Amino acid sequence: MFENIQAKNCNPERSADCEGNFYGPLESSIGPGMNGRIQRLRKLSFDAEPTISIERALHETAFYKENYGKYSIPVLRAMTFLDHCEKKTLYLGKDELIVGERGPKPKAIPTFPELTCHTVEDFHVLNTRDMQRYITTQEDIDIYDREVIPYWRGKTQRERIFNHVPEEWRVAYEAGLFTEFMEQRAPGHTALDGKIYTKGMLDFKREIEKNIATLDYLNDPEATDKAEQWKAMAISCDAVIVFAERHADLAEEMAAEESDPLRCDELKKIAQVCRYVPANAPRTLWEAIQMYWFVHLGTITELNGWDAMNPGHFDQHLAPFYEREITDGSLTRDEAKELISCFWIKVNNHPAPPKVGITARESGTYNDFTNINLGGVLRDGSDGTNEVSYIMLEVIEELHILQPGNSVHISSKTPDRFLHASAHVIRQGHGYPSVFNPDTYILEMVRQGKTLEDAREGGCSGCIEVGAFGKEAYLLTGYLNVPKILEVTLNNGIDPVGGKQVGVTTGDPRNFNSYDELYTAFLLQLNYIIAQKMRVSNYIDRMFAKYAPAPFLSVVIDDCIVNGKDYYDGGPRYNTSYIQCCGLGTVTDSLAALKKHVFDEHTFSMDSVLQAVSKNFVDEEFMRQTIMNKTPFFGNDDDYADDIAVCIYDDLVEAIDGKPNIKEGGKYHLNMLSTTCHVYFGKVMGASPNGRLAGKSISDGTSPSHGADIHGPSSVVKSLTKIDHVKSGGTLLNQRFMPSLLKRDEDIKKLGQLIRSYFALGGHHIQFNIVDTATLLAAQQCPDDYKDLLVRMAGYSDYFNDMNNDLQQEVIERTENEGF
Amino acid sequence: MQSGLIFDVKRYAINDGPGIRATVFLKGCPLQCKWCHNPESLSANVQKMYSKSKCIGCLSCVDVCPEDACTMTVDGIVTDTSLCTLCGKCAEICPTKATEMSGRIVTVDEIVKIIDKERIFFDQSGGGVTFSGGEPLMQSEFLIAVLAECGVRGIHRTVDTTGFAPTKRLLEVAKHTDHFLYDVKVMDSERHKRWTSIGNEKILHNLRVLSEIGASINIRLPLINNVNDDLENIEQTALFVAGLAGRKKRINILPYHNIAAGKYQKLGEVFDAGIMAEPGDDDLAKVVRTFAGFGLEAMIGG
Repeated sequence: MFENIQAKNCNPERSADCEGNFYGPLESSIGPGMNGRIQRLRKLSFDAEPTISIERALHETAFYKENYGKYSIPVLRAMTFLDHCEKKTLYLGKDELIVGERGPKPKAIPTFPELTCHTVEDFHVLNTRDMQRYITTQEDIDIYDREVIPYWRGKTQRERIFNHVPEEWRVAYEAGLFTEFMEQRAPGHTALDGKIYTKGMLDFKREIEKNIATLDYLNDPEATDKAEQWKAMAISCDAVIVFAERHADLAEEMAAEESDPLRCDELKKIAQVCRYVPANAPRTLWEAIQMYWFVHLGTITELNGWDAMNPGHFDQHLAPFYEREITDGSLTRDEAKELISCFWIKVNNHPAPPKVGITARESGTYNDFTNINLGGVLRDGSDGTNEVSYIMLEVIEELHILQPGNSVHISSKTPDRFLHASAHVIRQGHGYPSVFNPDTYILEMVRQGKTLEDAREGGCSGCIEVGAFGKEAYLLTGYLNVPKILEVTLNNGIDPVGGKQVGVTTGDPRNFNSYDELYTAFLLQLNYIIAQKMRVSNYIDRMFAKYAPAPFLSVVIDDCIVNGKDYYDGGPRYNTSYIQCCGLGTVTDSLAALKKHVFDEHTFSMDSVLQAVSKNFVDEEFMRQTIMNKTPFFGNDDDYADDIAVCIYDDLVEAIDGKPNIKEGGKYHLNMLSTTCHVYFGKVMGASPNGRLAGKSISDGTSPSHGADIHGPSSVVKSLTKIDHVKSGGTLLNQRFMPSLLKRDEDIKKLGQLIRSYFALGGHHIQFNIVDTATLLAAQQCPDDYKDLLVRMAGYSDYFNDMNNDLQQEVIERTENEGF
Repeated sequence: MQSGLIFDVKRYAINDGPGIRATVFLKGCPLQCKWCHNPESLSANVQKMYSKSKCIGCLSCVDVCPEDACTMTVDGIVTDTSLCTLCGKCAEICPTKATEMSGRIVTVDEIVKIIDKERIFFDQSGGGVTFSGGEPLMQSEFLIAVLAECGVRGIHRTVDTTGFAPTKRLLEVAKHTDHFLYDVKVMDSERHKRWTSIGNEKILHNLRVLSEIGASINIRLPLINNVNDDLENIEQTALFVAGLAGRKKRINILPYHNIAAGKYQKLGEVFDAGIMAEPGDDDLAKVVRTFAGFGLEAMIGG
């Protein structure tokens, strides 16, 4: 639900997880990009206002009205998809080389009423809210009200889910103890391997037909289900071929009318490419990119899956085409870069469909977290970095657009040259690329049961969660508010904000005689809440397998074809459900404060701390400051706090890891991702014992609490690597950096060495927020949250907070001047 | 067990020698440079520091002081230094760290343990530990013991020194040091004395001796306009450095920043910038060019 709430708190940092167009209008009239074409396409994408297109909903509703009940559900889904691909309005823009849009124009977003149906009020909210608007015309709203809404009433996935959840789940959900991903979007969340560069849709159809020929109705009780599933998959292959052919027709028509001979040739070339892919395996770089793009569009049109689709190791996939064409002279480096830039802009044209209900009001623009993996290792374990990796880094730096997200994958085999090229892009301060450690995440996946080769071929999609690309359904099920579980523990099972019983009764903490008693109570609550979360997640998974299968996605994920099973129904080779646990820093620091001040040193009584927390530390500044300044907090390489973090982490692993989901062989695993949910989770909480005030964000990912890490990045790295990252499916470390620490080339090199150090110790992911002026201004307003800001100049070192106002002003001015 | 008085350990130090380093600041300095960025480094004793902006006026220090040395005034807490015994109880109770004690005694084992925690960063970056101050050679027995222990552990050791110490002591330290950062501030001894409280003969002599034994040295010039940025001083510096024995020395120019006033305030002192001024980019470029004219590589920072 509230995965992307924008809150007005004093935490204005940008990260790749952030939403919205954070790049303001540029000084030049057009903006960056390698040439005029790319500049114009970028500007168009950048300037386009998100709109709602009701076309898909109309086609789908009409098709369902006419055909529901005539076919099996998988076949109905595939035919609905084919029908839309045959009819949908096409877009082929001026300057484009890579073609295809999900809607009728850039940033025109369809709705998915079968999952969750927007109300008239939702559309009005989206038209008028303060955050990024999604515009719908009144005429379209009226049509939607007449044609779409009445049909889907009571039949959406969202209604099916909410009509069946138990009361225990509902109160915990409403208290903000966890979120549920699948109440607005479908499970999605996957990335592709290299299969679509060696096989076309016609090849997949042949495979499907071969399987159909082996159907054994005499002995296989699932034969009928498989037959329907295969039929549906074959129809969905046709759907994308039709979609491409229609683009070829359109390009030819446009070429016939084009007066500019250059553009005329381009249009003819586009037509040739669209006639060939996705029906056949691509032969050139251009075809390879267009192939991926059609597959991408297919999966995000068929359904609205979470973190929709991701090409995975795109640089590795494109490298053979690039190298061949460069060698035979049919392609130049600049032409390759131009095609890749065109692709980049295409992804940026596709924000995610907006939410409904309260989330429509509170959540900003949402993107699909397409995360392109650069570098990494190949299936045989050797280094995967190639020239295309460098070209993509250049594209990222030049275009700086919101989507696609990107990450660099630095294994012990990755050359320093690539690490340094990446660090230079990080230095620009846009919050990306984020940096991943294949040496650790390969172990994570092998531990989860993947083969070594499948694990090497995997990587991260979305934010920081890992999976075996092209072979796995790894679904994020929702975020878990771990600090809130402690809050409930401290109130004997009651949510102090809403006043309801949401946990189990574990006793009044004033009667606890030891820290161990407190921790045991916390663990009881934790396991109870996780069980609530899992039982509903399992139920929802079945609902999707039954009512909203994804035949086209199933075509491109092994082994759905072989198994004759849908992506949502255990068809893939691997099936993982992740629960994303938030706020490790906040809960660790809170427990450290209670352990030290209540149980170890008796500075304060439990009663006085609970009272101070319940009144948000009003008139308790002495206590709050003592706790904040005289407690060992997570992120300082201090075992007192770090041991607590390790203990909590291990208990989260124990509670989640290896529990079966409802798919054959599928399991739950731990994830430590927060995206921006830590903001929402903070809002539903009162103050916490670490001195955090009510309503303020909890800590993100596995990062230390804001401002708790006061010994610099090396200590953060040390603390973070005391937890065993291999036991999760992803941890997240956001590290703030002052620009003064990245001034010289040598400093940028040292940033690379810091990354190498973190990874040598087993870290999973690190991302850098280069502090900007806005952050420093915020630090002046809320110094407690920014104790970690180190100011370094040659021969001088101080904390920003420790400087007097004049000098802070000077640092702000310097930061401004050193801007990029 | 040897012990020493330090006032800080800076981790992820990237300006104090090669690679990623941990810098240990030893307390006490024989020089009194008027531009000193670290005024708490000058005294060889524990000092009390107070920052009014962090004080919430809870009066807990006033209550806890056994000597009644703390008083609340309109300017915040004022400490009567004639009564204060530097027992540190006020800093211990202060909830916001408005009051802090600068300087703590650590044993060789304790400090080596802290340094060793950063080993992975040293290994990955070719970094190590740097001892700075103050003047680390003022606590040379402690320093040598720590250096020797780091040596046993294979940790790269840098000593950042003013060079003002008995030559014999410096040479003893050099036996356990992999690299020196060595300040050359002003070439004319009289002027040197005016700005730092002592003449520079010993410093220059020691630098010659250290060069002759083949020590690895980076020379650092804190560049302050109206103090040592004149062409004559720069040329004399260049001439002197060019004439040193051994490998050509690298020069690091550290541009003066008028930024440490807050630290002086905390010590109850006043920082008087006087005529000292920050060099601009042009000034820095000019100095780099002058050094280049003498065949010396000069770089800004580090």
